[in-house]
Amino acid sequence: MNLPRQALLYVVLLAVVAALPALGVYPVFVMKLLCYALFACAFNLLIGFTGLLSFGHAAFLGGAAYAAGHALKVWGLPTELGLLTGIATGALLGLVMGALAIRRSGIYFSMITLALAQMLFFFFLQAKFTGGEDGLQSVPRGTLLGFIDLRDDLTLYYVVLGIFVLSFLLIYRTVHSPFGQVLKAIRENEPRATSLGYDTARFKLLAFVLSAALAGLAGATKTLILGFATLTDAHWSTSGLVILMVLVGGMGTMLGPIIGAIIIVSLENKVGDIGMFLGRVTGIEWFNGLGEAVTVVIGLIFVVCVMAFRRGVVGEFAAWWTRWRGGRAAAA
Amino acid sequence: MPELFGIPLPAFLSQLLLGLVNGSFYAILSLGLAVIFGLLNVINFNHGALYMMGAIFAWMGLTYFNINYWAMLIVAPILVGIFGMITERLLLKHLYKLDHLYGLLLTFGMTLLIEGFFRSFYGVSGLPYQVPEALSGATNLGFMILPNYRAWVVVASLVVCLGTWFVIERTKLGALLRAGTENPRLTEAFGVNVPLMVTLTYGFGTALAGFAGVLAAPILQIQPLMGSNLIIVVFAVVVIGGMGSILGSIVTGLGLGVIEGLTRVFWPEASSTVVFVIMAIVLLLRPAGLFGREK
Repeated sequence: MNLPRQALLYVVLLAVVAALPALGVYPVFVMKLLCYALFACAFNLLIGFTGLLSFGHAAFLGGAAYAAGHALKVWGLPTELGLLTGIATGALLGLVMGALAIRRSGIYFSMITLALAQMLFFFFLQAKFTGGEDGLQSVPRGTLLGFIDLRDDLTLYYVVLGIFVLSFLLIYRTVHSPFGQVLKAIRENEPRATSLGYDTARFKLLAFVLSAALAGLAGATKTLILGFATLTDAHWSTSGLVILMVLVGGMGTMLGPIIGAIIIVSLENKVGDIGMFLGRVTGIEWFNGLGEAVTVVIGLIFVVCVMAFRRGVVGEFAAWWTRWRGGRAAAA
Repeated sequence: MPELFGIPLPAFLSQLLLGLVNGSFYAILSLGLAVIFGLLNVINFNHGALYMMGAIFAWMGLTYFNINYWAMLIVAPILVGIFGMITERLLLKHLYKLDHLYGLLLTFGMTLLIEGFFRSFYGVSGLPYQVPEALSGATNLGFMILPNYRAWVVVASLVVCLGTWFVIERTKLGALLRAGTENPRLTEAFGVNVPLMVTLTYGFGTALAGFAGVLAAPILQIQPLMGSNLIIVVFAVVVIGGMGSILGSIVTGLGLGVIEGLTRVFWPEASSTVVFVIMAIVLLLRPAGLFGREK
């Protein structure tokens, strides 16, 4: 696709999302989707464009969610500073975890990020300010820039959409910058990038911090929308979920993570109903409990995607599009 | 009452023993991970889920079929190993040519699948399992009361770990295995059926996880999620020790278990994180791990 047509696609998509509340879609659900989409886009910056599989991104989402919640509720900071606190927390955690993890590569990198994230999880579990198992509750939304009242769902909706669009543009710009090219070079062949004179460790760390900061923004925004932050955000299963979103949507594509997030979040919400339906149709009692055992479905999708669907929805579509165009060009 | 650093000696020793027990599990599991990684280049994320399967099989054997602990100590690992070999043949085999991370992702997905499957039947509350009669009770050593079963766990794990070390380092079979790890194509050219060896190795590695599960059944809560937190600690153990050496895995596993146990005595809040902190320190000082070689 050439650039104007691609830009047109993005504008149409944006218009659709902006019009969703007017079409009667529940704004809080879409906002939650946007948060996970941003989280997945941030994650994709690492796995898709740098080739680093982090298994600890929940730490940034959860850590920033707590930090922003604490800043808004206990310190009483204005909303914009609360969000900034979240971003800073994500970036700082990313800097520490990244600096340790990039000392090893490949599979070790994944194991280290997972272990460090688990350490933070235990910290959040025991620390006073997180509220432990209960989570951090009733975080106020406050007002943005002193005059935009965010208690109204619709106002918040457009603020969240704005946050998402700006972050997406930042990621788009990063990926298509010389910096992004170096990241791709590292993904394709790290020794070669090193031999070309790039300090690959620094590039990897920078990408890691950027990704962590954006994941932090997603976490902070999530707290703002829902009014609470819980341990689930920081649990390793959340790290697994974001991997799945990017895998389903398509690693290394711009739109893939967004589509993946929509699919997985909707599925998580609906899986109980689907199970009930299957239970009614087949008469097998077990299906009725499917809502309790969402992990079975998530795990199954994981296995199917890894075995047969590694390019994801967007990747498969792009491949099909190229073949189809190629076929037509050959025929003409 | 004798004291050590202000802690009553019996309390100190019992935490030390508890640390050794946990360390035994770390050792068996990280050993299995190392054996599998050596030949397959796959980090077996579902190792924790297979450990859980071992424990649940032991429980199922006793509850549904009235098969006692000692029989299940043999049967459950074999069943888990067979399950492992089937998944290797059906799924994992097709990913060897790809980036290693797909193996990790596949086994992660399988973890969710296995845990979710057992959860849909047994929930998350613990299933009861009695310590076998021959090992119930405790022995008074004079300076401490030694629960027999815990002592058995440490001894049994050590025997299995050292047995594995002996087979891999000192026998013909182990020599073939090491050759396959070093250069699979050349080994195949000598007439060794490498794909079969890979499957059997994976089966053996997963059976080790199942064995650890049966050992854990009488002393830990048997429940579908019992392996998921454990496996993350074992990953940290593997990063600390490096996967280059078998004895290294055993020593690191036991050592970290003991350190964790001692931390529980002196600073209980830090006991769940101490292994991760050590991992961070090791990464700063010796990135390749204590016994690892940077490839």
